[in-house]
Amino acid sequence: MSTAAINKPTPDSGQLLSVRNLRKEFPIKRGIFSRQVGSLKAVNDVSLDIEPGETLGVVGESGCGKTTTGRTILRLLEPTSGDITFEGKDVRALDRGELRALRRQMQIIFQDPVSSLNPRMTVGAIIREGLTIHKLAEGTAADSRVRQLLQEVGLRAEYANRYPHEFSGGQRQRIGIARALSVEPRFIVCDEPVSALDVSVQAQVINLLEDLQREHNLTYMFIAHDLSVVEHIADRVAVMYLGKIVELATSDDLYREPLMPYTQALLSAVPVADPKARKQRIILEGDVPSPASPPPGCVFHPRCHHPAKDVACMKIVPPLEEKTPGHFAACIKQPPTTVSWEQQKEVGGVHPPERYLPLAAVHA
Amino acid sequence: MTPLLSIRDLRTYFHTEAGVAKSVDGVSFDIGEGETVGIVGESGCGKSVTALSILRLIQPPGRIERGSRIEFEGKDLVTLDDDAMREIRGNRISMIFQEPMSALNPVFSVGDQVAEVMRIHGGVSRRQAWDRAVETLALTGIPSPEERAKQYPHQLSGGMRQRVLIAMALIMKPALIIADEPTTALDVTIQAQILDLLMHLQKEFGTSILMITHDLGVIAETTSRVIVMYAGEIVEEANASELFARPHHPYTEGLMHSMPHIGRDTERLNVIPGTVPAPTNWPQGCRFFERCPYSWDRPEHEHPPLYDVGANHTSRCHLAVEPQHRNQPHEPVVVREGVGAA
Repeated sequence: MSTAAINKPTPDSGQLLSVRNLRKEFPIKRGIFSRQVGSLKAVNDVSLDIEPGETLGVVGESGCGKTTTGRTILRLLEPTSGDITFEGKDVRALDRGELRALRRQMQIIFQDPVSSLNPRMTVGAIIREGLTIHKLAEGTAADSRVRQLLQEVGLRAEYANRYPHEFSGGQRQRIGIARALSVEPRFIVCDEPVSALDVSVQAQVINLLEDLQREHNLTYMFIAHDLSVVEHIADRVAVMYLGKIVELATSDDLYREPLMPYTQALLSAVPVADPKARKQRIILEGDVPSPASPPPGCVFHPRCHHPAKDVACMKIVPPLEEKTPGHFAACIKQPPTTVSWEQQKEVGGVHPPERYLPLAAVHA
Repeated sequence: MTPLLSIRDLRTYFHTEAGVAKSVDGVSFDIGEGETVGIVGESGCGKSVTALSILRLIQPPGRIERGSRIEFEGKDLVTLDDDAMREIRGNRISMIFQEPMSALNPVFSVGDQVAEVMRIHGGVSRRQAWDRAVETLALTGIPSPEERAKQYPHQLSGGMRQRVLIAMALIMKPALIIADEPTTALDVTIQAQILDLLMHLQKEFGTSILMITHDLGVIAETTSRVIVMYAGEIVEEANASELFARPHHPYTEGLMHSMPHIGRDTERLNVIPGTVPAPTNWPQGCRFFERCPYSWDRPEHEHPPLYDVGANHTSRCHLAVEPQHRNQPHEPVVVREGVGAA
């Protein structure tokens, strides 16, 4: 990926999906007349590209906007502003019929395998629904397609006649995957698909998702809060904080040398299953501020531990900029930066940018 | 030295219409003074029922079966009368639950809820109890505790609510704290704060902790001794460093390999195929038999005892006496029968 990620997409960019300056705001209403008193910026100026066949991981803590980003891209939520281009088509300009056709290409797998399957429908009917809506198969052809899909996700064909409650969490997640696959999509948003599962079951589902990706040349946006799962499955990873992407890099680069102080803290907080591991932990003070009133400047500055943090961080919104080839981070104190030291001094900055990599020794 | 808590042959069964679910089926272990012991296992292994049994919080159709013993500070908690048990609960043994929102009462201020514990057990005035509550909230790192104590649970973040629960567990300076998945509902940076706090408080007060979790990372970072549970039984027990360096039981091994580790990239995750058998119908031999990559005829028919496999290291696996089978890994039975998908 090149610096083009931050600029407007070019028509021949070769990306499957391009998102530019995406925003999603929810109104905050008060009083008996539901007067709008503010807005919650769930997704605040997000730009990203996804290449065909790759897995883009999106990580962050509760309320960072990762799920809203995924749903807004699929137009399950209407974006407030921004551009979404899928296979060269402007997703936001589509009418209902066109959008339905596009949904065949873009699917979603939900976190909760209990509430995302209709308890009154048999597994077969759940998987068949997409085939009917998109007129892909009917009658016995649809039946055999359902059986084939069940086998493909590791379940028995006979399970088509059973109901969701008869299955374990992992099996239900496989049913959700079969439903998404039924319409032969190119792109699947996986929204925390393994978070509700036990460790050993989680591994089975991750392996299945990887196998299916290879066999069907699928592209995934994999949203999760578990950093070790994302490292395993993703080619590139975007880290979100308070509605913004604060770091974006290949999985290798991000985990080896996180540049944004938030990513450093996030990685250092993951418990390591090795009692002998030498660990340096950055404990963040306090909680994530409310997205209804994000801090000015860098959204992370109130909790930041970068030694060069100063008043400039409160005044300047850091651009998501390329620090090393393919490695983007939003921090004006982590060199190189396009926000010059002169500009920082003008707004009261006192510490020049300096390279700060507290985890380098730990992950080396 | 006698241990603080000594559990022998604990059996907690649920007598349901579908049969008797033997959720905890013959569990024995000790916790020493000031020790942190971890119980790790997946959903339905019996770890939470073990915790609830210690506090005698098992509701019908559940029942602690006759012959089970839970000795704590010289008393057998299984046969203790209800009044005496109330004296222990929240006072000598306290519990931190997983879900901080549902464990707090929404209509009382958090200060009142922390103080209530003191008023029930401490025989102190309302004023004294409130002061102690504020002090204890301060200990847990809640900023401006005087103001926070007057707030209601919905006004606090998840991490703050968990600190309130820790304050409730701590206020009577109990000898033992049972923490049941105390950080599972929290984000990872908040989890780090809370684990840090628990370990710090433990060092300061010398409290024993029973840490119950499904997360091997949390276990490795907080506990000195680890118990692995599977299908209602202890399948392995060892010091933390020994367990992670030399896991013996195939289930422990499988659990460790199925977790992705940061910085240790593997092409493919190891999986434990199949699912846990139903608690109403445990297999007669080894309960892990069907999912085990080393199984042979002996574990199919003979239920393994806990063997000694090292210093303070036990494992419920016949590999302890027939280690040669470890050299012949094969497809587990569930895979051969085509029911491997969980």
